[in-house]
Amino acid sequence: MLVEEMMKEKVITLSSEDTIETALKLLHEYHIRHIPIIDKQSHVIGIVSDRDVRDASPSIFEKDAVPDELQNPISTIMTSPVTTVHPLDFVEEVASIFYEQEIACVPVTRNDKLVGIITEKDMLYTLIQLTGTHVQSSQIEVKVVNKPGILPQVTQVFGKRKVNISSVLIYPYKPDPKYKIIVVRIQTMNPLPTIEDLKNEGYEVLWPKMPGIPS
Amino acid sequence: MAEDAGDSIMSCNTGFVYSNDFTTYRFKDDHPFNQMRVVLAKELLEATGILEEKHKITPRLATEEELALAHSKPYIQAVKKAGQGLLSEEEGLEYGIGTEDTPMFKGMHEASQLLVGSTLSAIDAVLEGRVEHALNLGGGLHHGFERKASGFCIYNDGAVGIKYIREKYNYKVLYVDTDAHHGDGVQWAFYDDPNVCTFSIHETGRYLFPGTGNVNERGLKEGYGYSFNLPIDAFTEDESFIDIYESAFREIADYFKPDVIVTQNGADAHFLDPLTHLCSTMNIYEHIPKVAHELAHQYCNGKWIALGGGGYDIWRVVPRAWAQIWSVMTEGEPLTGNLPEKWLEKWQEESPVSLPSTWNDPADAYKPIPRKAEITEKNNKLLEKALQLIHNQKKFNS
Repeated sequence: MLVEEMMKEKVITLSSEDTIETALKLLHEYHIRHIPIIDKQSHVIGIVSDRDVRDASPSIFEKDAVPDELQNPISTIMTSPVTTVHPLDFVEEVASIFYEQEIACVPVTRNDKLVGIITEKDMLYTLIQLTGTHVQSSQIEVKVVNKPGILPQVTQVFGKRKVNISSVLIYPYKPDPKYKIIVVRIQTMNPLPTIEDLKNEGYEVLWPKMPGIPS
Repeated sequence: MAEDAGDSIMSCNTGFVYSNDFTTYRFKDDHPFNQMRVVLAKELLEATGILEEKHKITPRLATEEELALAHSKPYIQAVKKAGQGLLSEEEGLEYGIGTEDTPMFKGMHEASQLLVGSTLSAIDAVLEGRVEHALNLGGGLHHGFERKASGFCIYNDGAVGIKYIREKYNYKVLYVDTDAHHGDGVQWAFYDDPNVCTFSIHETGRYLFPGTGNVNERGLKEGYGYSFNLPIDAFTEDESFIDIYESAFREIADYFKPDVIVTQNGADAHFLDPLTHLCSTMNIYEHIPKVAHELAHQYCNGKWIALGGGGYDIWRVVPRAWAQIWSVMTEGEPLTGNLPEKWLEKWQEESPVSLPSTWNDPADAYKPIPRKAEITEKNNKLLEKALQLIHNQKKFNS
């Protein structure tokens, strides 16, 4: 899936002269955690998170303090340079960026201009779509030998039964790298005939199997 | 309270909705959804002597206008066309018709119309005051959507029925679904409605259809806090099932204070059911209607409509499970001891499996579940999460 298919196009932004107080208000008002800072050409010159803003706010223990700090320009606390992605990047790449850089938001730019934003939440939403758990389905897990051509052989069994597949995931089989687990979500309430077919074709169906319980 | 109520509610005035035409709702010969179950349950009850002609209510057909309370008109038209063989495969798929789960069959509109009508007949009988409780084993098709057939269900009689109650009587409705599958169609139909509270206890959707029914599905907008889900672990056994079902039902009834209770009594949580992975025995089917019965008297002046639902071991499980609803409804207590000889003799000939001879299952009916303690603990945590809002509110108000 491409970034442009999952990004939010409506982005709340600030300019570098805006105050920290404005940032604080926007974070509360829109229930967001990141604000990109842009210049007049819409170039992303920095980003602030709710944590940056909170760190720069007066302590809640100082009751009578005059919050002068909040009048400082946002440029004094923003992070820069900013990691950005392109609309044609892949969702997998965004996941790697989040994981490796330990961040939770990237602005999306085209020709260096801000066109969208992707956060952790968009990422998780996409993940739920990929697993297919948001539509009616039953789940079947098949243990297969890790070799070329196995997936079409397995999915053919579903095709013959005319059951629609809503998602396919392939997991490593931890105890033995010679095997993989294919997780298929199918749109039927009665997976028994399909499971029977799979078993007849010689596949091992792990369907809800728990340690100590025979399937 | 339970004991007192139990004594005073013996021998209620009850109605049994039944038509031989229920069996016209049949997708194809080897399809697991088989309304022969209703015939088997009815005959079992007749053989025990607690179901008589005077109890019977002949169902009416639901009108198209009534179907449209919960279904889109184009969908109803598509079902009609499908039943006349005039719907193309492609057109059908848009409405979930013609799949492995809900294949097209001749007269499917009329057959489904009857199932919805039978639920409306049950509702009319109770709400017009002719009976206190009514049972319609032909209904409970909880997977039907506004414009889509799914999970063996075409029209959603529960959803149509509850809309009908809302329009005609403006009662607050508590819908309790004990089918092993999540009652998704009914839940989504009233997800934003604070006057209809849905409560579904079912096997977790991690493997099982439809996959929804998570504990955090609590409703939307004004309906937030009026949708309850208990997705219990696969291999859950009697004690844990009964324990959390009863606790949740009592607390939800106390919090919502319904005017009428509609229960969906799918009988597929039994260890013999081929489609699910729960491990209950007949015990839960004695207990499920008992709690519903008691709470209907406590909160709703007795107004209780019970529907059928899933149940795919149609010989050994469903007839006994469904007969117990009627027994509790009409006598206040479940049946015990041996099944009537007459029924066994007649149906053993037809049954591909050996029929059980007693109302209860034997104690060692299935192999012990090795992780029982863990499953019980998980289910208890789940109960706490499901009722969190109610508990928070109580704390806040006290």
